[in-house]
Amino acid sequence: MMNRRAFNTLLGGTAAAVGSGLVTSAEAAVPKVAFVYLGPVGDFGWTYQHEVGRQEVVKHFGDKVSTSFIENVPESADAERVIAALAAKGNQLIFTTSFGYMNPTLKVATQKPKTFFEHCAGYKHADNLGTYNVRFYEGRYIQGVIAGKMSKTGVIGYIGSIPIPEVVMGMNATLLGMRSVNPNAKMKFVFINSWYDPGKEGDACKALLDQGCDIITQHTDSPAALQVCEQRGLKAFGEATDMIKFASKTQLTSPVNNWGPYYVKRVQALLDGTWKTDDIWGGLDADMLVMAPYRNMPDDVMALAKSTEADIKAGKILPFNGGMKDQSGAQKGTAGKSLDDGQLASMNWLVEGIEGKLPS
Amino acid sequence: MIVLLTNIMLSVIVTSTPLLLAATGELVVEKAGVLNLGVEGMMLVGAICGFAVALKTGSPTIGVLGGMIGGALFSLLFSVLALSFLAAQVPAGLVLTIFGSGLSALIGAAYVGISIERLPHLAIPGLSDIPIIGPILFGEDILVYISFVAVVGVSLVLRYTHVGLVLRAVGDSADAGHALGYDVIGIRYLATLFGGAMAGLAGAYMSLAYNTSWSENMTAGRGWIALALVVFSTWRPFWLIAGAYLFGSIMYMSFFLQGFGIAIPSQFVSALPYIATVVVLVIISSNKARIRMSAPACLGKPFHATS
Repeated sequence: MMNRRAFNTLLGGTAAAVGSGLVTSAEAAVPKVAFVYLGPVGDFGWTYQHEVGRQEVVKHFGDKVSTSFIENVPESADAERVIAALAAKGNQLIFTTSFGYMNPTLKVATQKPKTFFEHCAGYKHADNLGTYNVRFYEGRYIQGVIAGKMSKTGVIGYIGSIPIPEVVMGMNATLLGMRSVNPNAKMKFVFINSWYDPGKEGDACKALLDQGCDIITQHTDSPAALQVCEQRGLKAFGEATDMIKFASKTQLTSPVNNWGPYYVKRVQALLDGTWKTDDIWGGLDADMLVMAPYRNMPDDVMALAKSTEADIKAGKILPFNGGMKDQSGAQKGTAGKSLDDGQLASMNWLVEGIEGKLPS
Repeated sequence: MIVLLTNIMLSVIVTSTPLLLAATGELVVEKAGVLNLGVEGMMLVGAICGFAVALKTGSPTIGVLGGMIGGALFSLLFSVLALSFLAAQVPAGLVLTIFGSGLSALIGAAYVGISIERLPHLAIPGLSDIPIIGPILFGEDILVYISFVAVVGVSLVLRYTHVGLVLRAVGDSADAGHALGYDVIGIRYLATLFGGAMAGLAGAYMSLAYNTSWSENMTAGRGWIALALVVFSTWRPFWLIAGAYLFGSIMYMSFFLQGFGIAIPSQFVSALPYIATVVVLVIISSNKARIRMSAPACLGKPFHATS
């Protein structure tokens, strides 16, 4: 299996992958489901977790469906070609698993009204195009609580990819969690303009540590930052998947994106003929987000992390409970009431305590 | 403050070393009149070979050798195409880069998600413990020292030895070299092998010291910066050190400034090393005399012995 996939990489293009990389089913009657991935399935982060989800589909349905995937698809015009080719090959349900595939997916969905599409992390819909995403900020809030207890300098370093609302939301949730236990906590951040670049992630991590951060969290997909922290004897959080094997003395926990149950549900809907467009934003309570085991922390911190997780699940803690202030000191939302999903999805301001301005 | 400065220096050294290693190799290649644009590909092959060997043997030091051998063997592909079969050197080098990124991904598929021990830092009792100077001068890994030794060695060999003279002769006038009875193609093969080994070494540094894991395309354009460095240095080895550390500092500082709260668009930050390359190349090329003095006259021209 590796060989065919790697051979495509060798040919150096997604075009080649479209031509030869698909597992074609002998029986035409079996519904075909395809996945479009941003990174290599071996990134051990974002794409890897989607692949784990796909494998759950395979396990659950066996030979009742035929699945395939294309990895390393850039968020450019290439994406449209790849998605269109998958639709042309007779796939009935296509999951496009990165924010940047939003417009390409919409375009192909308009051209192929009989094919169903599901786009991860986007906000554009059609009768045959649904969206799904995870409430990552819930996990970030728990990380913040842990960081607030564990950090000696009270400063957390955040490695971001690009300043879109999804990332900004994560930064804010982290610091709000941190301030819930340490009101003076601060955050420094660096954007690396990439979701997956181990070299840059490591460099960014070093720059943040050099400036007095003693705990690191990230919204990028490689374990490079964890490894840097491991070398320096500091603590950090993983991303998207449990990265403990890269840094056994370092990782406190990691938010794990759990796509499997959702994929199984949607493929089932396809088989039953009940598939309808939807707009799903599930979190800890829907099991779409789970936390990797809490490690490398004292018992009281672990207990606090677990109770925070339970309280978020039960709706007792609202990470974006209004009453917070932005960097200018202006009140955001109303106390005791969570910001609504629309406000979350368009978040373009940082909470008080984060140092540095968002690039405009 | 002192701790901060020490940390910055240490981080900049790690960022600059792979650039210096790869550029030193390419300088020798170009001095022999060969333009091998495949540095990026050779670095990637070196990175995965180094990583794989280190993992199998359990020794990062042997891994470094593996990276060198991998890079050198891979450069043979270029030599066969461009030197033996007289293919144009520019596309042959590009083939190396494109094929190298695919080949390394193919070999590397089995090694994704594995972490290994970092290449050890030197620890000289007493010396390495001196504040500031200790860790910077005496606490680096072996490849940092090798990168400087290589520059000095290349400079001495090119300037003062017979081997260096022949190499430069072949690069400045292949026909004259051939008329004097030197095996132009053979010499260029050896120079290209050296360049491949150094690029492989730079790649091994990426996967054994810079990061301690393998990931696809992990060199992320550093091979191209190394190529630009050779022009930046106007083919003079010691200027490579200045160039590599300048670029290493820019690469590191772009993150450092952001952490200080200076709002720079992240796209600009990631473009910074390349913008700096363009600016520097423009400044350098404005001084035509200097380029004429040092640039190998036969750079990039295929050689075919007619008699």
